[in-house]
Amino acid sequence: MSTETPAAAPANFDLFSFLAKFAPLIFLLVLMGVFALLEPRFLSPLNLFNVMRQVSIYGLLAIGMTFVILTRGIDLSVGSLLAFAGLVAAAVAKGGFESRFAVGTAAEAAGYGWFLAMLAALAVGVVCGGLQGLAITKLKVPPFVVTLGGMSAFRGAALLFAGGGPVSGFDDAYRWWGQGYIGPIPVPVVIFAIAAIIAAIALRYTRFGRNVYAVGGNPEAARLSGLDVDRITLSVYVIIGFMAGLGGFVLSARLNSAEAVAGLTYELTVIAGVVIGGTSLFGGIGTIFGTVIGTLLIGVLLNGLVLNNVSSYVQQIIIGVIIVLAVAFDTFAKSRRKRA
Amino acid sequence: MASGVERGSGPPLLRMTGIRKSFPGVLAVDGVDLEVAPGEIHALLGENGAGKSTLLKILAGAQLPDEGSIELDGRPIEILSPHDAQEQGIVTIYQEFNLVPTLTVAENVFIGREPTRGGWIDWGRMRRETRAIMDRVGLALSPDRLVSDLSVAEQQMVEIAKALAIQSRLIIMDEPTSALAEGEVARLFAICRDLQAAGIAVIFVSHRLDEVKQLCDRLTVLRDGQLVGSAAVADVSIEDIIRMMVGRDVERLFKQRNVHRAGEPALRVEGLHASGDPRDTFATQLRGINLEVRHGEIVGLAGLVGAGRTELARAVFGADRIDAGRVLVEGVPVQPGSPRRAIAAGIGLVPEDRKQQALFLALAVRLNLSIAALDRLCGRLGFIDRGAETAMVEEYRERLNIRMPSADVAVGNLSGGNQQKVVLARWLALQPKVLIVDEPTRGIDVAAKAEVHQLLYELADSGIAVLAISSELPEIMTISDRILTMREGRLTGELPIADATEEKLMQLMTMGRERAA
Repeated sequence: MSTETPAAAPANFDLFSFLAKFAPLIFLLVLMGVFALLEPRFLSPLNLFNVMRQVSIYGLLAIGMTFVILTRGIDLSVGSLLAFAGLVAAAVAKGGFESRFAVGTAAEAAGYGWFLAMLAALAVGVVCGGLQGLAITKLKVPPFVVTLGGMSAFRGAALLFAGGGPVSGFDDAYRWWGQGYIGPIPVPVVIFAIAAIIAAIALRYTRFGRNVYAVGGNPEAARLSGLDVDRITLSVYVIIGFMAGLGGFVLSARLNSAEAVAGLTYELTVIAGVVIGGTSLFGGIGTIFGTVIGTLLIGVLLNGLVLNNVSSYVQQIIIGVIIVLAVAFDTFAKSRRKRA
Repeated sequence: MASGVERGSGPPLLRMTGIRKSFPGVLAVDGVDLEVAPGEIHALLGENGAGKSTLLKILAGAQLPDEGSIELDGRPIEILSPHDAQEQGIVTIYQEFNLVPTLTVAENVFIGREPTRGGWIDWGRMRRETRAIMDRVGLALSPDRLVSDLSVAEQQMVEIAKALAIQSRLIIMDEPTSALAEGEVARLFAICRDLQAAGIAVIFVSHRLDEVKQLCDRLTVLRDGQLVGSAAVADVSIEDIIRMMVGRDVERLFKQRNVHRAGEPALRVEGLHASGDPRDTFATQLRGINLEVRHGEIVGLAGLVGAGRTELARAVFGADRIDAGRVLVEGVPVQPGSPRRAIAAGIGLVPEDRKQQALFLALAVRLNLSIAALDRLCGRLGFIDRGAETAMVEEYRERLNIRMPSADVAVGNLSGGNQQKVVLARWLALQPKVLIVDEPTRGIDVAAKAEVHQLLYELADSGIAVLAISSELPEIMTISDRILTMREGRLTGELPIADATEEKLMQLMTMGRERAA
């Protein structure tokens, strides 16, 4: 872990930076212990895999969000884009826009299959993410505003596309991507794990990863070091678009249904996971490992609250408070870095 | 430390005793004493990392000491916050500016202390008083100018004006002259003497020892967080001071470069015009710049602040737009307007402000050093060859004598001199044909400065064409083979090093236009 990030590790042991690094992991373990004591069902394999499967969708988005936040950006449109991409995938699986509400085995057989459906979802994600990236780099509109616009526009597109109802009922091969298992492990969990490993390697071992840290760490210095700041910024929005497309496809497969209201408020949960995992909203600092822990933490928290019959309204309050506390911690850590 | 204060017989204005402060992993200040008499200009000296900044931050209330006591006029005080410090009449002018760029000069000067009438801000009075203070520092700036539109030197003068506007007993100046050219420095010295006459004490931090000799009464030297000693400035020579700071003999610290034969032209600039930032009507415009730098040659670029030296460097490097003219490297034109293309053509730039424009402070030394050369370290798919990268970092750590705990420590934790070496190493790793260095030794200590000079000589000897900008004339005269002077966006003269004197340079820098006309 000490070499997990190109960001610094102090020379001598320092309790604060140790805590800053491992706080999310420690907090996750403590939380799991508490829930296990309160409700023994929490530790059952069935429940744990359930948590993991739920977390996987957030996790895919959180991986993309890590790239974006590392460059000092933000993406509020992920939930909407996920819904839109899921609907497009579902329609392709059903044989096209016109026949998207057909049901029954005949309708399943008439579709274009999971592969084209997935490609379609990814294409929607990449194109929409790329458009947002272009607006940010070429029109110089701040990411917050561009993706706030995207959040509304993609949700509108999803609603328009859905035409009022969910698109449901896919063949077995399609559903396997959300409901299947590889050995004992649910497929979405495997997808999340593979995506996390690829992202971690890309950030840590490739030139592209270095460039992402550099652009977030100091954009002007990056430009004067000869980096193509616009291209790097554009590519992180393409990456998160890709992840939203993938997430939309997997979610529709898991639910055997795609609807326009899928992914509502996901952006909050996802950003919370990334920030709790130690990625700085000021850019340049953060790791995929942290994001995975942060996202698991949120997933465990939500699951534990459900098992203990805490109302969903209270859950929303808790998530909100946690986001603010995590950013407060980040700000505090930043001021310490400055002084040191 | 029994350093009796000669001036006056009363108690010292300020007495700090046994000050100790540690940060995680570093003992920054270790039992330091400091005494300053009323009306004294006291130099606080030491290499970067010696503990000066920490000591000053404690005085300014930005940090609390772990141990030690502070007395003002013989009574113990506690400084818990910057506000406390101001209440006690201790005002600090920081090296890094504390101005709000989106506010006007007047709003900055009176920030937090706006004059009011019946609860409303008295704008008339604020402007009037600001104008009076700006007159005092010798800068005819409109109180309504936005600070973001000002040059670095002008911002420094506003920072000084802000301190003057506060009723103070002790003013701390942390390297106030590093952003100023000679004329403004003289003005600042006059201000310091006025303050002195009014019984106000000044703590003056500078790396320019000739200024210390000229201005200060007493000095205190720190090294590695510890007190080396205090002395009356009149009793010590510059060599003595350097020995106290560095801890060893550095007689021939600043060697002149051996005269060198220049090779083929490496950089040519032809008819360069640039109108500067259109939003900033006061930006220096570059007008018809023609110059040439040959392989193996160090050309110094001298000029007062605002002469357009930095603008020229940035235009050549493609960092800013140009309106006309071209830049050629070894006879091949470089596409303008993109640092990326300039770098590909073989130009490197060590910018004026390393923290804002060059370094990724929170990121590892490794990343900072290799970021521009990654293409060379990457195989297919863009994977970085970590072994080769570590070897590269190690090579430059050794060659440039970069002191760092490890390659994975954040570059922001290094001292200024070592940070600057990392920036230089970044460009050396690219093996450029032309290297432009803008204030390469600003804010770094004496020993590191000598090392940077030596490095520039080695670079030139290896055939690189070096264009060096410095506000310090002695530095320009030490390192250059040939000196170009600028004024108001034009080149005004050229002197081979053998003919260069400070007088001649000043003449070209200040009156060049009339002469050229």
